[in-house]
Amino acid sequence: MNLTLKIWRQKNKSDKGGFKDYKVSDVSKDMSFLEMLDVLNEQLSEKGEDPVHFDHDCREGICGMCSLYINGKPHGPLQTTTCQLHMRSFNDGETITIEPWRATAFPVMKDLVVDRSSFDRIMQAGGYVSVNTGGVPDANEIPIPKRIADEAFDAATCIGCGACVAACKNASAMLFTSAKISQLALLPQGQVERKERAERMIAQMDAEGFGACTNTGACSIECPKGISLTNIARMNREYFSAVVSSENV
Amino acid sequence: MILDSKIPDGPLAEKWTKHKFNIKLVNPANKRKYDVIVVGTGLAGASAAASLAELGYNVKAFCFQDSPRRAHSIAAQGGINAAKNYQNDGDSVFRLFYDTIKGGDYRAREANVYRLAEVSVSIIDQCVAQGVPFAREYGGLLANRSFGGAQVSRTFYARGQTGQQLLLGAYSALSRQVANGKVKLYPRTEMMDVVTVDGKARGIITRNLITGAIESHSAHAVLLCTGGYGNVFFLSTNAMGSNVTAAWRAHKKGALMANPCYTQIHPTCIPVSGDHQSKLTLMSESLRNDGRVWVPATVEIAEKLRKGQISPNDIKEEDRDYYLERKYPSFGNLVPRDVASRNAKYVCDEGRGVNETGEAVFLDFRDAIIRDGEDTIRAKYGNLFDMYQQITGDNPYKLPMMIYPAVHYTMGGLWVDYNLMTNIPGLYALGEANFSDHGANRLGASALMQGLADGYFVIPYTIGDYLAQSGYDKVGADHPEFKKSEKEVQDRVQKLLSIKGKKTVDHFHKRLGKIMWDYCGMARTAEGLTKAKAMIKDLKKEFWTDVNVLGDNEELNQSLEKAHRVADFIELGELMVDDALHRNESCGGHFREEYQTPEGEALRDDENFAYVAAWKYLGEGQEEELVKEPLVFENVKLTQRSYK
Repeated sequence: MNLTLKIWRQKNKSDKGGFKDYKVSDVSKDMSFLEMLDVLNEQLSEKGEDPVHFDHDCREGICGMCSLYINGKPHGPLQTTTCQLHMRSFNDGETITIEPWRATAFPVMKDLVVDRSSFDRIMQAGGYVSVNTGGVPDANEIPIPKRIADEAFDAATCIGCGACVAACKNASAMLFTSAKISQLALLPQGQVERKERAERMIAQMDAEGFGACTNTGACSIECPKGISLTNIARMNREYFSAVVSSENV
Repeated sequence: MILDSKIPDGPLAEKWTKHKFNIKLVNPANKRKYDVIVVGTGLAGASAAASLAELGYNVKAFCFQDSPRRAHSIAAQGGINAAKNYQNDGDSVFRLFYDTIKGGDYRAREANVYRLAEVSVSIIDQCVAQGVPFAREYGGLLANRSFGGAQVSRTFYARGQTGQQLLLGAYSALSRQVANGKVKLYPRTEMMDVVTVDGKARGIITRNLITGAIESHSAHAVLLCTGGYGNVFFLSTNAMGSNVTAAWRAHKKGALMANPCYTQIHPTCIPVSGDHQSKLTLMSESLRNDGRVWVPATVEIAEKLRKGQISPNDIKEEDRDYYLERKYPSFGNLVPRDVASRNAKYVCDEGRGVNETGEAVFLDFRDAIIRDGEDTIRAKYGNLFDMYQQITGDNPYKLPMMIYPAVHYTMGGLWVDYNLMTNIPGLYALGEANFSDHGANRLGASALMQGLADGYFVIPYTIGDYLAQSGYDKVGADHPEFKKSEKEVQDRVQKLLSIKGKKTVDHFHKRLGKIMWDYCGMARTAEGLTKAKAMIKDLKKEFWTDVNVLGDNEELNQSLEKAHRVADFIELGELMVDDALHRNESCGGHFREEYQTPEGEALRDDENFAYVAAWKYLGEGQEEELVKEPLVFENVKLTQRSYK
């Protein structure tokens, strides 16, 4: 199939940027979306034009490095990562618009590449259980009901890609933050630091410039891993109960 | 040159305990006087960086990705082995040791492998304490499954994304140390060289991938946790960015590269669909617990299938050849990876392949679904089935999956001693980047085990022994050796940018990959390897005269990043071919067609090749020198591997 691509080009962080049109031909339906961009980049390189920069690594839908806002949706029309989106989801002759994630807390570095280190800083604020290596009890000394373990697992599958932020009209990081807070609030290992974790991670989320949540649910619908909105409800509960009984005064 | 593996004396089961007592310690108050550089933030790197920071060392952690959480360990699916014997099925440290040595076709060090099995039990405890959500039984205790090459259930798992959960556990420990100020993170930063001063590793040169700045970082020790080099084949299950550059730069600075030809070809990957293919996707080996591997019994039926005249479900039971179950009745579909891969190649070479290209076999869940129900199968493998359907467009609950072997893991790597130190003092290699534990073939669910064993439980002890003896004095990043290395890196960047040839970097990478796959892949011959060597030499010459790297250094420049990596892959490719050519035997993942048993199994030559082949770089354009480390087996008897 033949396609027209309308791609955001931006030389660096301070450049204003803008859309540029490209034509790609002979695209196979079995190609992944990123392989289609590889084809474009090979064509551009052969002509001596700067290839389109985009983040990607595992191409298996798990590392969370690929992004792309495709036709107004993060990771495109399916509920999956861009690397797992295949060209059979598009039609011959179509024009596809490709933009970077748009959020104050995710500045554009070049073309479609954004800086998501704000997510790392949220994790550094409390997304862990404070145990050192060694000196921990035998794994089976902490029995966890299967239902709880499964629920914690569902929250833990977040890949940190940032689609939730890109999908949200407020550029809120509530789904991302709540997934980690939920995982550790559900598990016995997370109980000791439960209150402090909720307070600190949320404070960091706000400090990074992410927006507030107005419960539209766009984040969860666009999340490639289907992280549930329930996590945000749980995080709110965790936060309120932490704040009213806070020991950090 | 003589290699000292520093294996402690005494009985196998006491070596590690005795060694930990005998090595020198750094007093807790003095640890803050030492700086350690960790390159790579996968399982080995993140666990090492976090554990060393917890002890009090000052750590700098580097990764080329935008966040440490993206390292390719994240993509490991199936699980992690540990000799917990929670299933009461006869597992033990010795059995895990034995299975790993045997699975590696007797080409690994006994002492290292035993230590790996020994610390495996602590890894599970550590991960659970961090909040890693492993699969559990209804009673609340941990669940296990079995994996290839073993007859016990010792694999712990988190659905089909165990690597993700373990890496996020290590990443959380790392994040905590970043918050504590003990680790400084350098994401989007690529290591370009190791700097040695008076023969000791004293730091690294990096390139900031956003600004292009070439920078020096000094430390008392450098840990390379930079993964494997499977991308030398262009198509592999590795992430697009996985590369050999850090290890190769260390090699050119004097670190020996061991057993580079030992490559693991994973039997269960999604087959290639066309020339556009950029990478291959693995389907976890755990699928072989319930899936049955088969091809049509005759070439005629296979042809009908390839032409789309019949559907796999139309093929009658007696016309199906479950070739693994037929040839290996006791291990069946769970034979080790090398055996499963080679057999897939044989049946496809016979003309019984099942997809359009003729390079695929079936992995069929029909019987498991009838036996256990679709829900049970979905609970076990749901995400893998979804992934398969997304990529191929076929529904594996209704039609058998199609699979074919693909490059997955490299057992070879930097030579290290028992302390995980390379032959350059102060330079360590952990995880897939070293060669030490898997011999000529790695068993499933052992890569995660090794990465975390090295990072959590080995290096925190062994690094102290070196640091305690090396003194506190720092070599600053303004030392002339750093300036010299910076200049070399800058010159190389300029050289790549100034060639301005006609061909893209990917063009060369694809050609290299094809040479490697055709002649140094699943089956190798002296004739093919000799041919490959000449082809790679030509390719290298052509690369340095005709590659076109666009853009400048002082910007985010993905072509330049890739050009550095591909240039190193080309040189590595030549060494892999040399190694494969010199090893006149077959063992594990290294299969030389000239050396096979009458049944077509790998035929080892223990008399002449029971050694580690470590290669020493002697200079541009020169043949590398082979240094041998003999392998001594005192606790296992070398036998012809049999999984019948």
